[in-house]
Amino acid sequence: MIEGIGVTDFLVVSTIMFFVGMYGFIVRKNLITILMSVELVLNSVNINFVAFNKYLYPDLLQGYMISLFVIGIAAAEAAVAIAIILNVYRKLQGIDVEHINTMKH
Amino acid sequence: MEAIIFYILALAIVVFSVMTVTSRNILRAAIYLLFVLMATAAIYFMLNYNFLAAVQLTVYSGGVVVLIVFAVLLTARMDHKLEKVGTGKTLISALLAFSGLSIVLWTIYGYKFIPNGMAEGAYDVKAIGFSMLSYGNYGYVLPFEVISVLLLASMIGAIMIAKRYTK
Repeated sequence: MIEGIGVTDFLVVSTIMFFVGMYGFIVRKNLITILMSVELVLNSVNINFVAFNKYLYPDLLQGYMISLFVIGIAAAEAAVAIAIILNVYRKLQGIDVEHINTMKH
Repeated sequence: MEAIIFYILALAIVVFSVMTVTSRNILRAAIYLLFVLMATAAIYFMLNYNFLAAVQLTVYSGGVVVLIVFAVLLTARMDHKLEKVGTGKTLISALLAFSGLSIVLWTIYGYKFIPNGMAEGAYDVKAIGFSMLSYGNYGYVLPFEVISVLLLASMIGAIMIAKRYTK
């Protein structure tokens, strides 16, 4: 534990990061920047898990293990998302979300 | 002293994540994301979670950011600028994010977190490895196997999707 820092401070940091990621997810139009916003959200959730593990249940390893799994899933998700983005770019010559409506009708 | 370092890291995380979603140069946004992830790893180091911090540094800031930079370079030119977002859209999204933020912060400050008061357990790699492969209480062998299958599937899927089909 860090002297003088409670679990609330961690939660405040991760909450700010989460909602900044949400803001980017809504505002941005480029697919890669949307992917970066999703990474911000996943990372903020990881901070939450770690803070709860360290401060509230220091004898267990649950938050730690879940953070490891979240990191692995985030890496897999980024790889698949970037493969899809490259394919979309090849087909439509652009990766802005408003161009991607060929499957709409 | 440690509290000051934590506040500096928290400030860096907040500032760089805001810059990630507002920067108009997409490559710069990727580098700001890298700074956010490294500051997070530094916080894990401060909490003595050394293995998790190393995984964060290698997988996240090593792997994912490099993947994103490659994707940027393959899909956009170096001097490509993203278009300006309209004021109305920015305002509405900021209001939405800010209202969500205030609700969650209100909940956090209203709740009293009670530690369970036990002594700290072992966080070394040996304990993590045993816990990851044990099937008793607090064993994680099932998620471990599931994630291994998921990683294999996503690897094959990514290769198949990104492959160039020639007729």
